[in-house]
Amino acid sequence: MPEQLYNAIFIGSIYALFAIGFALVFSVLDILNLAHPAVFMLGAFTALFCMATLGLPAGAAVVIAFVATGLFGILLDRVAFAPLRRRDAPPLSAMISSIAVAAIIVRLVELRYGTDFLSYPPESLPSLPFQVGESRLDGLRLVIIGVAFAFMVGLTYLVRGTRLGRELRALAENPRAARLLGVDVERAIAITFFISSGLGGIAGVLLGFAYNSIYPQMGTLYELKAFTVMVVGGMGSLPGAVLGAFILGLGEVASIEFLPSEFRDAFAFGLLFLILVIRPRGLLGHKAVDRV
Amino acid sequence: MIDQFLATYSTLLATVGINALLAISVWVTLYAGQLTLGNAAFMGIAAYTSALLTLKAGMPFPLVLLAGGVVSAVLAVPLGVTVFRLRGVYLAIATIGFGEVVRVVLLAIPITGKALGLNGIPPKTELWHIALLLTVTAYVLGRVRASTAGRAWAAIREDEVAAASQGIAVRRYKLAAFVIGAFVAGIAGGLSAHLNFAIEPGDFGFVRAVQILVFAVVGGIPSVLGPIVGATLLTALPELLRPLRDYRDVFQGAILLFVIVFLPRGLVTLATLGRTRRLARIGQLDAA
Repeated sequence: MPEQLYNAIFIGSIYALFAIGFALVFSVLDILNLAHPAVFMLGAFTALFCMATLGLPAGAAVVIAFVATGLFGILLDRVAFAPLRRRDAPPLSAMISSIAVAAIIVRLVELRYGTDFLSYPPESLPSLPFQVGESRLDGLRLVIIGVAFAFMVGLTYLVRGTRLGRELRALAENPRAARLLGVDVERAIAITFFISSGLGGIAGVLLGFAYNSIYPQMGTLYELKAFTVMVVGGMGSLPGAVLGAFILGLGEVASIEFLPSEFRDAFAFGLLFLILVIRPRGLLGHKAVDRV
Repeated sequence: MIDQFLATYSTLLATVGINALLAISVWVTLYAGQLTLGNAAFMGIAAYTSALLTLKAGMPFPLVLLAGGVVSAVLAVPLGVTVFRLRGVYLAIATIGFGEVVRVVLLAIPITGKALGLNGIPPKTELWHIALLLTVTAYVLGRVRASTAGRAWAAIREDEVAAASQGIAVRRYKLAAFVIGAFVAGIAGGLSAHLNFAIEPGDFGFVRAVQILVFAVVGGIPSVLGPIVGATLLTALPELLRPLRDYRDVFQGAILLFVIVFLPRGLVTLATLGRTRRLARIGQLDAA
């Protein structure tokens, strides 16, 4: 039992890191950035490049992957979203342009690394096993949970307690009013993309470390799960994304216990559908949902 | 000459035609301003229905195709009633959720062959079937677009509240677009199952849903020719880019990005671009 709970918290932390990056862009800019799963994958592969090609230790690879994916996020905004923003294009256009960027990135990584599952160099990841009662647990996952929580706390402080956070919230509320009140909108958007993509990249690295198995299409399943996480918590709500992530993590681990294994993923999508039908604004959503 | 062309490219042409039908299926809802991503699932439901009717019941092909389309359309009614309470991104996500549930169910129930899918489906689809059905579908929907229903869809797309205040039954017209789309996607699913010998749940997942959407958007929403142009170009392009085989997905992505950034209303607007520019200039002169 402690083992299952431990795994639920672990997978919940990964879902949370992935989904808060997704939710941050959605809350500030009202766009669904479908290149986020590609950024997630890019984080895992940046770490692989650092460790296998450059021979750096795992800790350095995590930091480099965060910065690299963050910078990539800024580039993504300049290429895929900024031109549409200037034209006031509908949100659908932004979804499609991010799909295009995602397809390009995934294919380029496939050309470099192939489509198969890859592992990090042997001996580069410690496993640090420890004992709780009867169960032997993987200590690396505990480190990962710790890193994930540190990022979540850091982001909460940034949004709630700093001037930048106030600017982002103003931007989310009303971009025109924010500009009139002296917020440098383009700068705030660039920072949003840096943080969002950096978090997505970190989620990719940490998941890659935990399973020691990465592949170019790895983002797709997490993208679909992240939809559930965001909808359950309330689209664009950061605490909601964290709550939704742990509900999904616990629910999935429990469903493996009680349901045939084929239905594991059905749990996530069934939950998604149910919430959309009975409470579309999610558990913590307060924004009026765009509905008829 | 033509015989040789058909012999060499018949598979490609068949795929182009089926993709064009799928693109049209999502175009109907996009024309009404609604972004749904459930058509890959409707395609899958019909593909399995029609393949099973052929394999287990030995029913004649036209009937099997029709049955696939009807099953998808019938399932679209309760789903549409449920999800059209939502709009925008929420609607898109709800239909993605539906698509994944369908995929997981196809993977889990025994009659669909689970992960292995269905094999040995007799190849009954011929090129002229696809050409005929595509022509009929495009013609009929072209006429619908010019009718009261088409104008109602356009009104809903431009402003839902204004459309409702003009007495347009918004919910009903949206649902009609959704059900028509599901039916067309279902026909395409039946055709594709009887073309490709085998089907599996992975053929009808999220990736396929996005691909169908991309065909329609690249081609353009203003006219029913848009999805046909988009599907043709993006299906044939990999063949034309064969020398650059490894990079063709990269090019495809780049084209998509180019279209959405520079031609937001799709490739079909290229034909009228000059006229639009002239009109815009005249408009500016008037304003001055």
